[in-house]
Amino acid sequence: MPPAGGSPSLFGALKNGVLEWMFQWRGPERGTIVLVQRRVFILPTPQGLLFAGVIVLMLIGSVNYDLSLGFILAFLLGATGIQSMLHTFRNLANLRISPGKVQPVFAGEQAPFQIRMTNQARVHRFSIGVTRDKKSAVYIDIPPGDEMVATVTVPAIRRGWLRPGRLTVFTFFPVGLFRAWSYADLDMHVLVYPAPAPQGLALPLPDAGSGDGGVHGHGHDEFFGLRPYRPGDSPRHIAWKAVARDDTLLTKPLLTKQFTGRADAELWLAWETLPAGMDTESRLSHLARWVIGADSAGVAYGLRLPGLTLPISSGAAHRSNCLRALALHGLAADHA
Amino acid sequence: MVSLPTTLNTRIIGSREIFWLSAGFLLASLPHLLRIPIWISVLTVGIAGWRLLQSRMRSKPAAKWLMVLIAVAASVGILLQYRTLFGRDAGVSLLVVMLALKLLETRTQRDGTLLGFLGCFLLVTNFLHSQTLSTAVYMLGCAWLLIASLISMQYTGAWPGWRSPVRRAGVLILQGVPLMLVLFLLFPRIQGPLWGMPQDAYAGLSGLSDTMSPGSLNNLILSDAIAFRASFTGGIPEPKDLYWRGPVLWDYDGKTWTAPRIVESTNALPDHGPQIEYTVTLEPHNKRWLFALEFPGLRPPRSIATRDMQLLSFTPVRSRVRYDMVSSIATAYGADDDQSLLARNLRLPPDTNPRTSAFAQELRKKFPNDRNLVAAVLTRFRNENFVYTLSPPLLGEQPVDEFLFETRRGFCEHYASAFTVLMRAAGIPARVVTGYLGGEVNPVGDYILVRQADAHAWVEIWLENTGWVRVDPTAAVSPARVERGIASALPRTDVLPMFVRGDFALLQRMRLTLDSVTYTWNQWVLGYTPDRQRRFLSYIGFSESTWQTLAFLLMFCAGIAVLIGAAFALRDLRGVREDAVKKIYMLFCRKLERRGLRRDAAEGPCVFAQRAGQKHPELADPINEITALYIALRYGDEPRSEQVPAFKARVRAFTG
Repeated sequence: MPPAGGSPSLFGALKNGVLEWMFQWRGPERGTIVLVQRRVFILPTPQGLLFAGVIVLMLIGSVNYDLSLGFILAFLLGATGIQSMLHTFRNLANLRISPGKVQPVFAGEQAPFQIRMTNQARVHRFSIGVTRDKKSAVYIDIPPGDEMVATVTVPAIRRGWLRPGRLTVFTFFPVGLFRAWSYADLDMHVLVYPAPAPQGLALPLPDAGSGDGGVHGHGHDEFFGLRPYRPGDSPRHIAWKAVARDDTLLTKPLLTKQFTGRADAELWLAWETLPAGMDTESRLSHLARWVIGADSAGVAYGLRLPGLTLPISSGAAHRSNCLRALALHGLAADHA
Repeated sequence: MVSLPTTLNTRIIGSREIFWLSAGFLLASLPHLLRIPIWISVLTVGIAGWRLLQSRMRSKPAAKWLMVLIAVAASVGILLQYRTLFGRDAGVSLLVVMLALKLLETRTQRDGTLLGFLGCFLLVTNFLHSQTLSTAVYMLGCAWLLIASLISMQYTGAWPGWRSPVRRAGVLILQGVPLMLVLFLLFPRIQGPLWGMPQDAYAGLSGLSDTMSPGSLNNLILSDAIAFRASFTGGIPEPKDLYWRGPVLWDYDGKTWTAPRIVESTNALPDHGPQIEYTVTLEPHNKRWLFALEFPGLRPPRSIATRDMQLLSFTPVRSRVRYDMVSSIATAYGADDDQSLLARNLRLPPDTNPRTSAFAQELRKKFPNDRNLVAAVLTRFRNENFVYTLSPPLLGEQPVDEFLFETRRGFCEHYASAFTVLMRAAGIPARVVTGYLGGEVNPVGDYILVRQADAHAWVEIWLENTGWVRVDPTAAVSPARVERGIASALPRTDVLPMFVRGDFALLQRMRLTLDSVTYTWNQWVLGYTPDRQRRFLSYIGFSESTWQTLAFLLMFCAGIAVLIGAAFALRDLRGVREDAVKKIYMLFCRKLERRGLRRDAAEGPCVFAQRAGQKHPELADPINEITALYIALRYGDEPRSEQVPAFKARVRAFTG
């Protein structure tokens, strides 16, 4: 996330400029980011400085008491510390970071970003941390030649496209005397759907003249007893996730299996059905809840927004198309 | 994947890490625990055991007030024990107890790390007591363990097994060796001490002193502690020439011989007669004497030579020193000493040893020539049933009288003392010289090892026109003492340290080899003093360099050492290994290629599988299956490495 632009202070701007120059912040990068040598920074930790202090004490003691072995031990520990710096650097260097899978979330939820970390070297990388907010981090170990996924969660506040922002990948391993870190601003996005409105307005009734079968009594009941949507608790969720991928070969069977017994009813979820005084975001929230409700009731529905109409249909693909249209209403469609 | 704060400091460490830290701390303090008062050792081990029990039982941490109480009580106890808190031993005891309490308090990784660092500091304090090769190896092992325990606190994922941190610590230490060597050789050494030393810093150093009374050498002769070692440029001289000169005792009060407080220094050292070149490595003895064969022809740096041919270091020898020396054998010196000086060497306390005085007068009448008189006394020692023994009878108020005319049993100090008194009574200036005689030749390392047991006392007398010459009355009684060392001179019933007697050939051989290793260790490791560093620098061509040059040299060499370490550490980064899963998929692609299906570089696995399936419908099923597996393994949600062998078998079985 770009730094929140509050009052533009000169010092802040200067500091940002210096940091940008020093750490080569260049905005999001496409594809895989390789943590090449010049991208990895390293500095001693407070513990590292304390260790240096202990070594200086050892040297002073060795001078005073003329302990040759004291010198040797102090030098050996010092050299070990320096060597640990190289190992800390090595733990991070040449690590490949690429965007992993993402899935849309509703505003107000935590958006999980999967960060794929590939270790093509022969070193076993231990305790690699990834943090976004510099407070809490996820840590992973990556065996040689392996790939691991770290999931960074970002609170999805507003609908639209969400970026993880600049991530800090860091490590203290092996001794904790040094901290090596690098910045990765991955070009990845999560679509944030509008938060479904809390239960309030009922779903509009299907158009009277449309269709001959009408809504199943069962389906009608279920729709009225709608519970707030919780992502992850329904098996449909998984199927829908699969649809979001463009990989047709694998997902085909899932799609067909899911939607064989849909109810044959027509329902228009329209912008203009909502009370006139309602603002845009509330309208979108209500529409989102209607989409979810209609979908879980197994009703066919269409979505009408100013300037956009999605014809009546049903199924996971339709549901995500509708939610996507709601999420991006009034916003740029691509995530630039 | 584990979620934790971005700093791991506040993480609570588990019982495993506590165990590692406790082991590191206890092993690092073990040599101290065997040395310090037993109650401190018991307290320390008890606290550590308590902490281990706590982590095992997952019980509550010890109450803060209790820890403070223990800390205060232990400090008071140590204060009562040593009467100070700042001496060497008191300080070490305090450090050990405080570290044990820190272990008891340790909960978080920050505490654990601090404890690890302080444990490393504790290692250095062990060197106050011993700097032998075995101590060094032991402490290296402890440092290894402590670093491994620091590493063990850094794992955030699944515990990889104890080998992982141990191996990593070993690798870090090994790869640090080049830099350590550079720092050891080139880091500027300063001559200590930087501040006043605690009074007990040099307790327990043994050696000759500036007085000699009956029985004083006796203690030394029972000690097999090493006094010094000497390696000769030419051959090793004959045993009869190995008189290592130490304190020269002028004044006699009827019982005790004392060295004069102040002796004039001289620059006129003898330089005639056969010259012997050698290097002495002197163990610290907390006195100023530097030992040399009679008579020294050279003044080591930072020392003075006195008129009576003593070499005195400017400061007490408190660390091992090494000096080159040239000696002239079988000469006399000081022929021009003036009367006042000689008069002091004739002085005897009045009314002591009357029989000796009478006997001396008698001899004087019989032998007007000094040399004849000396010869007559030595003959008397040789012929009149004098016995050389370490357990002589006690002597009373007139010790020389009793010794010469009654007991006739004694060792070097009795003979030297009696002979000197006799000479002075006969009017010949004489004084007692103490030092060491002989030493053990170590054929393994080709040097002479001189122990405290080789301590000896002899006499020098002043002869007209010749000067001071050595007379060793002990040689008259027991020639073997001079020729073959103290072990052969004494009756077998006398107690001597084991190492001095060479009864077992194999044992002897082993210990000589061991001592040779120790000698090399002392020379090259412990003996690397500021002085030696200067010599090393001038040897490699930086004799008169400014500190800037030396700093540059240090930086340059340290840079190279770090590069060597980096080459070792970063070696594993370069060897990029191809993904195993991808490798297997490539095999699959090659198999299809043989069927005339070539995967385009930009073609994704799914598209390729579709194309392949269309071209070879009979293979579509296995192709799709393998592709699905590949995608699941390579791009799946979580790596499923256990499925890789099955995938491999699938591709193997695929008949392309």
